[in-house]
Amino acid sequence: MSDANAGRFRAALESGAFTATAEIGPPRGADAEAVRRKVAPLRDWVAAVNITDNQGASVRLANWAGSLAAMSAGVEPIMQLTCRDRNRIALQSDLLGAAALGIPNILIMTGDHPRFGDHAAAKPVFDLDSVQLLWTARTMRDHGRLMSGRTLSPAPNWFLGGVENPSAPPVNFRAGRLGKKVDAGAQFVQTQYVFDVGAFRRWMAQVRDLGLHERCHILAGVGPIASLRALNHLERHVPGVQVPADVARRLRGVPADRTGEEGISLCAEIISELRQVPGVAGVHVMAVGQEHRVPDILRQAGLGPATHPTALGGTAHAG
Amino acid sequence: MNALGTARSPDAPRPAVPRAPARSMYLLHRLLEPNAAYRRLAAWLERTPRRRRLFTAAERRVKREIFGCRMCAQCALPSAGYACPMTCPKQLRNGPCGGVGADGSCEVYPELRCVWLVAYERAESQGRAGDLLRLQRPVDHRLWGQSSWIRYWQGRDDDLAAEPGERTAIT
Repeated sequence: MSDANAGRFRAALESGAFTATAEIGPPRGADAEAVRRKVAPLRDWVAAVNITDNQGASVRLANWAGSLAAMSAGVEPIMQLTCRDRNRIALQSDLLGAAALGIPNILIMTGDHPRFGDHAAAKPVFDLDSVQLLWTARTMRDHGRLMSGRTLSPAPNWFLGGVENPSAPPVNFRAGRLGKKVDAGAQFVQTQYVFDVGAFRRWMAQVRDLGLHERCHILAGVGPIASLRALNHLERHVPGVQVPADVARRLRGVPADRTGEEGISLCAEIISELRQVPGVAGVHVMAVGQEHRVPDILRQAGLGPATHPTALGGTAHAG
Repeated sequence: MNALGTARSPDAPRPAVPRAPARSMYLLHRLLEPNAAYRRLAAWLERTPRRRRLFTAAERRVKREIFGCRMCAQCALPSAGYACPMTCPKQLRNGPCGGVGADGSCEVYPELRCVWLVAYERAESQGRAGDLLRLQRPVDHRLWGQSSWIRYWQGRDDDLAAEPGERTAIT
């Protein structure tokens, strides 16, 4: 595989620098400017920004269009792609489209079930699972072939990632499941929110035992809890997310007008702790609805813009 | 608990708890492994549509009762602790999604246990958790309703999965 097309994100990870990424949800509306507005302030702070794929099974502007809008604002996208809404024909077609548009990074995941979204009556597709879709993408890139066996000309060239939830049962299978994704083609992984650093450390120990941190860049997922309402939502309505009692207690223990700042501090502290865990390549900051606070979080965590090799891969921009 | 969409329709996949202990299923499997006799039996069953239909109906009945089988015809039971992954609402063949609750509940049916959690526990209890690391290829949707036993004995299932670390193409 040629490194000529390696983007800023891949170059940052391969340089060994502790790398930050962020995430934005495209708007519910035909508005590319909204994407640019959200990503532009992150340009100097993160190596790339995830563009979600109808996050939470609710309809938003398309992942590829959001990725394109981010690129036009000088921000490298990580296009998320779920198995929920497309069969293998549409998935491979979208993968080719992303490559043709110059989208350098793809993050593959199963996706939330439609029952959680704004179209609960929709037909869940799930023709492929996330391991199979990673495997398909790697086959397209490295073997230059579709699932059908037909050849691709030219073959695409993406940096491929997957996701994992270190704290969801069966916890002792989660590192092994990441291993499947790495076998299938994952070169980086972004985890679900880490609030329980102890549980994450235990998972990382298993990941290191399997040597996966040497075959795959591991970015720990983090995020600020903005309010008590957000805390309740995370605890009850986000599948697979667990907020430990001490975290909830700390957020509920401050005056209501301080919850947001406490959430930011907590997130920054978690990042500092995660940075000390051997084998962790970076953090993925999911600050949904408060994307503009990502620089504050990274600053508090001691990850200034200068720590990012912005020159690598060279997304040129004026300060 | 939530808006109920198609996920609640009677035909939608729903996590099933197997009605036979894992240990006996692993033992039974040894008796059913392909050999010349089973291959001959499978060929004989396939020779007439009637035989094939009767045998498939019997298989359907037994496997539905025990595993909640949906007759995908590409049986993943041996790679999943004899808990059927096709009863997962997302039809995941390669392990649980990230939405499993702290109590082990399915994200779509919170009152039911994640079938992959059940699969892992059953496989683990028999020292077979490593089986779950095989990379399962996608389902061929043309085969729904066919007998997976006949396919298995005839060796048509041999490409269902790749061993860990193989790095082969998915095709």
